[in-house]
Amino acid sequence: MTGTYLGMPAFPQAARDAVRDPVLRGNLRHATHTIRAKRARAVGELSDWAELREAGRRIKDHTLRHLDRYLVQLEESVTAAGGTVHWAADAGEANRIVARLVKETGESEVVKVKSMATQEIGLNEALEAEGIRAYETDLAELIVQLGRDRPSHILVPAIHLNRGEIRDVFRSEMGAWGRPAPEDLTDAPAELAEAARLHLREKFLRAKVAVSGANFMVAETGTLVVVESEGNGRMCLTLPQTLISVVGIEKVVPTWRDLEVFLQTLPRSSTAERMNPYTSMWTGTTDEDGPRAFHLVLLDNGRTDTLADQVGRQALRCIRCSACLNVCPVYERAGGHAYGSVYPGPIGAILSPQLRGTGSEIDASLPYASSLCGACYEVCPVAIDIPEVLVHLRERVVEGGPAVRQGNKVVLRPARGHAAERAAMRAARWVFARPGALRAGQRLASRTRRLHPRALPGPGRAWSGTRDLPAVPPEPFRDWWQRTNGGKDGTE
Amino acid sequence: MSSRDRVLGRVRRALADVTPDDRPYEEAVRRDYLREHGGPTARRTVELLAENLADYRAIVHRSGASELPSLIARLLAARDAGPVVVPSGLDEGWLAAADVTRIPDRAESTPADLDRAGSVVTACAVAIAETGTIVLDGSPDQGRRRISLVPDHHICVVRVPDQVVSSVPQALERLDPARPLTWISGPSATSDIELDRVEGVHGPRTLEVILLG
Repeated sequence: MTGTYLGMPAFPQAARDAVRDPVLRGNLRHATHTIRAKRARAVGELSDWAELREAGRRIKDHTLRHLDRYLVQLEESVTAAGGTVHWAADAGEANRIVARLVKETGESEVVKVKSMATQEIGLNEALEAEGIRAYETDLAELIVQLGRDRPSHILVPAIHLNRGEIRDVFRSEMGAWGRPAPEDLTDAPAELAEAARLHLREKFLRAKVAVSGANFMVAETGTLVVVESEGNGRMCLTLPQTLISVVGIEKVVPTWRDLEVFLQTLPRSSTAERMNPYTSMWTGTTDEDGPRAFHLVLLDNGRTDTLADQVGRQALRCIRCSACLNVCPVYERAGGHAYGSVYPGPIGAILSPQLRGTGSEIDASLPYASSLCGACYEVCPVAIDIPEVLVHLRERVVEGGPAVRQGNKVVLRPARGHAAERAAMRAARWVFARPGALRAGQRLASRTRRLHPRALPGPGRAWSGTRDLPAVPPEPFRDWWQRTNGGKDGTE
Repeated sequence: MSSRDRVLGRVRRALADVTPDDRPYEEAVRRDYLREHGGPTARRTVELLAENLADYRAIVHRSGASELPSLIARLLAARDAGPVVVPSGLDEGWLAAADVTRIPDRAESTPADLDRAGSVVTACAVAIAETGTIVLDGSPDQGRRRISLVPDHHICVVRVPDQVVSSVPQALERLDPARPLTWISGPSATSDIELDRVEGVHGPRTLEVILLG
């Protein structure tokens, strides 16, 4: 997706470094446990949560199943309301469209609302290459941008940093980007928020162009929705003269009424609030209120490839709430950076390998970045069966098979590094089909049990490095069953 | 081939396995969830709105029509924060008792002009009790979206019980999607530092809601 993540090591290697960092683990544990309890309370307030979740799933499934129809309808509605719709098949095309639109305004800087889609396509870097400076205005994005860091959480990209670390970034870096942080800045969250308010206000007041994403797009009305907390979104969506929104094609919903489901489930799932502080809804342009020009860039970038996978397509229901990250035992320990993608955590482990394919080491390892405990599925407000998709993608990595990449049907080759596993499975298939061989093998194993090593030699070493080898019993089960008449003889 | 055709073509090929389903949308998607959660009486609904607004740090006042001008005057004087932005269609009586400089909501004003204002007074389109939300729709008594954003102090008058609904579904029924809408639930806040909520970032740091009725 973006250059930032090129050459990332596979998940196990990146995670090993992360779990050895006690500060990082402390930060993640504190943050995820804080939000977990709050989310459970917020969800518990709604007696019909299960029905809302089911309706959300159905709305998204129905939309995906008729995605072409709703995209065309959305284009008509947005255009009728005074907006301009652009289509981008991949990241490069989306970046070129945005850069051209910004240049046409004559401006060389933009303010940005937090947006996963623009991170996914590496828009900031692409704009920089064109001489356009993009200022992130979400507090956590600002922290990441100032610290030249990478985001580690969908909702709170700076979750890996604690307040002291954030203060240090503000003190040392803010001056280079604009108004410096106060000399006597402490690590009190309210003071940090105040420093960000002052630093960004001058940028909001002079900005002529803004770039956003959107949480929802309503096909029937052409309405876009941005859900936020701080007011930076409202600043970007209303003060500049030109607004460019880059939105994944799966963010469309058919009707205005559909928002009644997601505006109940999204805030409670993400920040554990009954409602987030600010939600903006706009339909095209409004005379003398807000931007005079509105551009919508509809982004594919691997989404149609994901849609072609009958099991994996459910990942496109995702509304980016990040509840699955907050409950995940693997995310809590490994942190977001180990996932090598702007989409970390369980949803990232199924989304990134589908959007980008499983060609790289990191993407091929992501379906394994899970214990399959299922907590992610439990909390998902659109009921994405993440464990099911993880297992499906593991199978694709090991076995290869048909898939769609950039709109073309391809046959993936089995990944390297799984040869021993495939050989073991072939051997097992042969043995289980031959009872005599199985019996002979089991007896041999029982008699030689004292000689068995504690770890496997050769290529098996990596496997037994993190697992105990099963102990072989003194007598095979089937022999014991026959000898004791199924245990009825009362003998051991 | 245009990118539009390319993306739509990919979508259609990706869905080749899906069996056609031409049921009307509202039949295809069942909605078994509730239209509202409790809130049996109008009075209880207004109480719930007040509780939930206060829970997210909005300051809630109650007022009859006759005390409203003096209440608004008192709230503005207590802030002593400078000029007040006034939407063009705001009930003139509401500010009758306030001795403040007024900045009209005009298209020509720059964001920097608005930044000099200390407060803004608006009405609202609808308020949602279950979530503690007020919604502005840009009507003349609410003004442009930016006027309730740039000043640091927002006083919003909600007519109760007429403008109050229980739930999000009921609010959407009352709203016009063609208008620019701003949903406000408490003052500006962030959860970006250690996933804990802190009030006060870019929007108004003080939100005062007057329940008028």
